Amino acid sequence: MTDVRQLQNIASQVRRDIVRMVHAVQSGHPGGSLGCADFMTALYFNTMEHNPHFSMDAVGEDVFFLSNGHISPVFYSVLARSGYFPTPELGSFRKLNSRLQGHPTTHEHLPGIRVASGSLGQGLSVAIGAALSKKMNGDDKTVFSLHGDGELQEGQIWEAVMFASANKVDNLISTIDFNGQQIDGPTEKVLSLGNLRAKFEAFDWQVLEMNGNDMNEVVNTLDKSKTLTGKGKPTCILMHTIMGKGVDFMEGKHEWHGIAPNDEQLKKALDQLPVTLGDY
Amino acid sequence: MLKDIQVLNEKETRGGFGEGIYETGKANDRVVVLTADLAGSLKLGPFIKDFPGRFVQCGIGEANMIGIAAGLTIGGHIPYTTTFANFSTGRVYDQIRQSVAYSGKNVKICASHAGLTLGEDGATHQILEDIGLMKMMPGMTVIVPCDFNQTKAATKAIADYQGPVYLRFGRPKWPNFTKEDGSDFVIGKAQVLNEGADISIFACGHLVWKAIEAGRILEEKGYSVELINIHTIKPLDEAAIIKSISKTRCAVTCEEHNIIGGLGDSIARVAVRNFPIPIEYIGTNDTFGESGPPMDLLKKYGLDSPNIVTAAEKVLKRKSA
Repeated sequence: MTDVRQLQNIASQVRRDIVRMVHAVQSGHPGGSLGCADFMTALYFNTMEHNPHFSMDAVGEDVFFLSNGHISPVFYSVLARSGYFPTPELGSFRKLNSRLQGHPTTHEHLPGIRVASGSLGQGLSVAIGAALSKKMNGDDKTVFSLHGDGELQEGQIWEAVMFASANKVDNLISTIDFNGQQIDGPTEKVLSLGNLRAKFEAFDWQVLEMNGNDMNEVVNTLDKSKTLTGKGKPTCILMHTIMGKGVDFMEGKHEWHGIAPNDEQLKKALDQLPVTLGDY
Repeated sequence: MLKDIQVLNEKETRGGFGEGIYETGKANDRVVVLTADLAGSLKLGPFIKDFPGRFVQCGIGEANMIGIAAGLTIGGHIPYTTTFANFSTGRVYDQIRQSVAYSGKNVKICASHAGLTLGEDGATHQILEDIGLMKMMPGMTVIVPCDFNQTKAATKAIADYQGPVYLRFGRPKWPNFTKEDGSDFVIGKAQVLNEGADISIFACGHLVWKAIEAGRILEEKGYSVELINIHTIKPLDEAAIIKSISKTRCAVTCEEHNIIGGLGDSIARVAVRNFPIPIEYIGTNDTFGESGPPMDLLKKYGLDSPNIVTAAEKVLKRKSA
């Protein structure tokens, strides 16, 4: 049985890690990272079958690709907290000679990363390739990916969306962080995504929706998504989140996409996230 | 002597790729081929027929194809992407940069219809910047074979070569003269086609044959010509280049590519850092191409053998000045 309370506690620690990492170097992307903390925690601590003794080829494992690489703080925290590398290394985020680059990369050989991301729109294609690779290898495990909603403005995403359904890539579960915010403002104002559910359905994907900041719902929806694999269609989860979730003054504000809290704001943020498993 | 080089037949370099990829796929079940609606042009028919489970048709979506190829490496596959050179490079530069090169993925980017000899389709398809684009990419190996046999050999060799590779070849039938078994091709090792003492001619791709033609004329004029096929532009066989130019003390570089950023610039970089000599460049000069028959285009843009002879005589004069 899934212990939702325990997952919530981990997510609280992940949020503490995010704000502390970004504060320490006064750069990075806290907004989307905080919004996706519950999803990433559920994925790595409940949903996926994965091995922290990292192997690039991931044979017999579920794999995850972060396409919106700027939310690297949440990725790094979840990887460290699930044992891919020591948590003190989180303190090297964005510093010189670090494996924790501003955007995730395989280049510095950080365990848990399988492709570089940051330039948006590329991760879905890579996830499809990994999913095809599993099929060719007779590996029945699943490929997960996460994308920003603003990222869907990239054309390559739609090449990949069309490909995945046409080729029945049904071992793929792609989640969209639907927080409605991007750097220049609300997605509605910058470039409206329109009816995303209808768009994915028109491309013949199976579509689930969830509140990405309700741990119960995240766990249940991810469980459900796994039951939808192997049925001839790729699966999309439209995940409604609040950018900056967990830190009240960041919540729902696109201004917190890519700026760091100051000392006072850090203290305020950590006070709102009292549950800790032990800061790095 | 260059007149001793025998032409076996005339075949398309892309046909060498087609035969090479079939044999590679047969020998190695990790090899996967992707295309973006150009399976026919890249001569993939036999591969698709015998290995349908290792063929991925991406439709007209090159960016997606590059990403899928990167993903296929995870799990141990060796993906070969296939499309025209323009759509293999310029169109997908950032996808190659992030998902393949920076990510260290073992993807083979196989590009046909490169350069002016694509012919009548014109400048939209005649990329003359791809060697430069790809050689600037950290970690990318760049190979430009000169004929059918060498393209086949290179196609096979890159399967066992770890890391991203850009393999550039072309459309027209072209004199085929390297060894049928490909034993004269080694990645990263310059191929000395003729030893000589007066001038070094460095060439790649289709222009190796044009350089042979030019070299024969120069031999008739009494010059001793060293002709070297630089099929691997990166990593560059610097030792072979230095050895040659320190003997001949002048050089001409020949490529079906912009002289800005291509083979010539690579040779010049080695020369200025090791053994400065006069060099003349044969290549397009910061221009787009146009529609026309391949040979007429080479002539109009100064890439045929008479131009190479003229450049050689000019550089020989500069050497003795």
